[in-house]
Amino acid sequence: MNLVAHLPVIVIMMPLIGASIAFVAGPRRAPLVTVATAVLTIAPVAWLGARVLAEGPTRYEIGGWGGPLGIVLVADGLSAAFLGLVAIVGLGVTLYATGYYRVATGSRPGPGHGLYWTLWLFMWSSLNALLLTGDVFNVYVCLELVGLSAVALVTLAEGAEPLRAAMRYLFASILGAMTYLLGVALLYAATGVLDMRMLADSLGPSVAAETGLALMVAALLLKTALVPMHFWLPTAHAAAPSPVSAALSALVVKGSFFVTLRLFLDVMPAGYLGGADVLIGVLGAVAIVWGSIQALLQERIKLLVAYSTVAQVGYLFLLFPLARHGGEVLSAALLGVLVHALAHAFAKSSMFLAAGVTLKRFGHDRIADLPGTARRAPVIAATFALAGVTMMGLPPSGGFGAKWLIASAALASGEWWWAAVVLVGGLLASAYMFRLLAVFMAAPGGRPLPVGGVRTLRTEWVPLALAAASFLLVLAVPLVTRLAEASAVVAQAGGVVP
Amino acid sequence: MRDRERLLAPVPVLVALATLAVVTRAVLSLPRSAEGLYGPVAEAAARAGISNRVTAVLLDFRGYDTLLEIAVLMLATVAVLSLREDPRQLYRRLSERATPVLAALTRILVPLAFVVSVHLVWIGSSQPGGAFQAAAVLGATGILLSLSGYARPQWVGRTAMRSILAVGLLTFIGIAVLAMVAGGALLEYPEGTRKTLMLVIESLLTLSIGASLASLFLSSASGDSERDGR
Amino acid sequence: MSTTVLYPLLGAALFALGVWGLLARKHLIHKVIAANFLGSGVFLVLIGLAGRTAGADPDPVPLAMVLTGIVVTVALTALALALIKRYYSATGLDTLEPAEEAEQ
Repeated sequence: MNLVAHLPVIVIMMPLIGASIAFVAGPRRAPLVTVATAVLTIAPVAWLGARVLAEGPTRYEIGGWGGPLGIVLVADGLSAAFLGLVAIVGLGVTLYATGYYRVATGSRPGPGHGLYWTLWLFMWSSLNALLLTGDVFNVYVCLELVGLSAVALVTLAEGAEPLRAAMRYLFASILGAMTYLLGVALLYAATGVLDMRMLADSLGPSVAAETGLALMVAALLLKTALVPMHFWLPTAHAAAPSPVSAALSALVVKGSFFVTLRLFLDVMPAGYLGGADVLIGVLGAVAIVWGSIQALLQERIKLLVAYSTVAQVGYLFLLFPLARHGGEVLSAALLGVLVHALAHAFAKSSMFLAAGVTLKRFGHDRIADLPGTARRAPVIAATFALAGVTMMGLPPSGGFGAKWLIASAALASGEWWWAAVVLVGGLLASAYMFRLLAVFMAAPGGRPLPVGGVRTLRTEWVPLALAAASFLLVLAVPLVTRLAEASAVVAQAGGVVP
Repeated sequence: MRDRERLLAPVPVLVALATLAVVTRAVLSLPRSAEGLYGPVAEAAARAGISNRVTAVLLDFRGYDTLLEIAVLMLATVAVLSLREDPRQLYRRLSERATPVLAALTRILVPLAFVVSVHLVWIGSSQPGGAFQAAAVLGATGILLSLSGYARPQWVGRTAMRSILAVGLLTFIGIAVLAMVAGGALLEYPEGTRKTLMLVIESLLTLSIGASLASLFLSSASGDSERDGR
Repeated sequence: MSTTVLYPLLGAALFALGVWGLLARKHLIHKVIAANFLGSGVFLVLIGLAGRTAGADPDPVPLAMVLTGIVVTVALTALALALIKRYYSATGLDTLEPAEEAEQ
């Protein structure tokens, strides 16, 4: 068996097998199974990335059929970059969870508790499947898997609020998935194919095909929580157990964004869904401003971080109005958005994980009641500071690199207002991050902070490492550039000119 | 807040009407006659020797979708298990309600349902039938056994039960990977083994899906649902 | 009007009704039923359009999509019902928001 050729399916099947084994093995052995699975998943992801860099995009025909009958997996630079992101954050979340659930105070004992590991591996596998699929109906199945595992993970937190948040999340998720499927039904009726590459070849002017794609895109925007379809996100991300919040904010919203990217860049011919790209960009700009203002108004850390996700997701969508210019503008914007997706994922997961430690140690995450955190929990404060620098986009962090690239693409396109939005977003992010950090730095108040829960090394150092990764991401920009060049769309646009 | 609610009140109707309008327009714009993938599927299914074309799509051409769909079902079962409350109450309640008539009926129905289930798996490759239909019968049998007090719903969640729930997906993946070891792609059945392997997959899937369906029902039925019944 | 047009149009209507129900109805069970309307609507569209094969058997690919979709819908419905039950026993509520309180 030629292992290299099978890497795309190994990356999907490994966590799926791990999930089943963790389930059978039971709550006591599940953490060990999960850590082993994480390691066994990361290795093929890295190998696949290296192979894409060396040999360019590859296609894998499941069942040996290929299009139009079978399902084809596509591994190009874009999917490799996102797979790598899922792998790194996934490893961090897994290690953190082994510490978090050992000292669990906030999670429900009883049957749900031990099932975290199975649900989390299901999510990992379905994200990998989503990032590799080249078939529009298969995307639907993957989206359902991701959504179902996400909702189930939210319910693992204790109390009525997570249940309410999970239900709102579930209903939004069902609406999104069914709208997407309706879109696929119309698209298939118009074209007779489901394979993305064959669709790209056969799409012509057709009312039904355009309606189908519009429905699919609308559904994906709902799943990515683009304003005004973000209503389900803040409560779900804030109410979930912290390792889950981190995965949801860092990874799950990126999954549906990735598919949107595929549809726009690889499937639809230029000018398809006329005007939708600009509308999406405007909504992205509104999201940046509105989400940041909401973050500024929150009184609890996890809600602040969740609203910050609403804002940061907005940057991703600035790509679409810029992409229509093609050429260098498209390449620079795509690279910027890619770096932003990575920087945001690292920063956001580190903040949610650190918020989890705050909850455990102090019993709450009310910002006003946390003065002196910098002295009492210096690692936590340092995590928020480092991640904050990325959110603000200060040099030399990853966030800076991303904002710089997006803004210069905007200026090169002549549409300077997108650059202005990036600037305003950075200022607003500084405002909400400074508000949090200022409280952390303040002298401890009169009454001593309660210190509860057992400290474990990994629950504090994993978030710090992820924050450092978001900060140091600039160093990885050359690598990300090479990955971006290994995707079809950038190759057509004439490569990335840094 | 009230103002905002009043402002948002027309949104559902507007979104629904807009959806109806665009989809209606799209449907009416489609050509009245279209082959889709009918031709290629019919040809490839005939070559593979599977007379039920839908089964050929589900287990062969798009078997990967089905594999992930089994994962969806298992995932939902795991999720519902994590939400379930104390199953002992249900058993106590059910055993109180068992009557001789129900017991007699169960003794007749269960073997019959089992035979029907096996039959449905067997004919799946040529006629309507297959793992899901068979599993629905099997799952209903499991529910009947629990409701009539024969089987203890506490089993839901035990190691043995967890293994049954997982065996379908693991077998499916196992056979899919075996095809890779044999030199093909994932799920590329080696020549001559297709029918046998598909039957093995279908049989074990029936077991797991049946257990899933029964667990979904029994996990939701447990706990304090008595409250609304009284 | 032939079934290949009638079914998809009925499906679109069912889907629209489901969208309205999911967004407008407050009772959680109503929302679950609305979600199933969404599913049935899409399946009807798929089945109706699969029949356009001019006298031959219907296109099997949309039928397979429907079968996959049904299983997924069953799974989602089961999870939704389990969640509602648990939520009801924790709060005594059958809607997302209590009638008078409006949070955020």
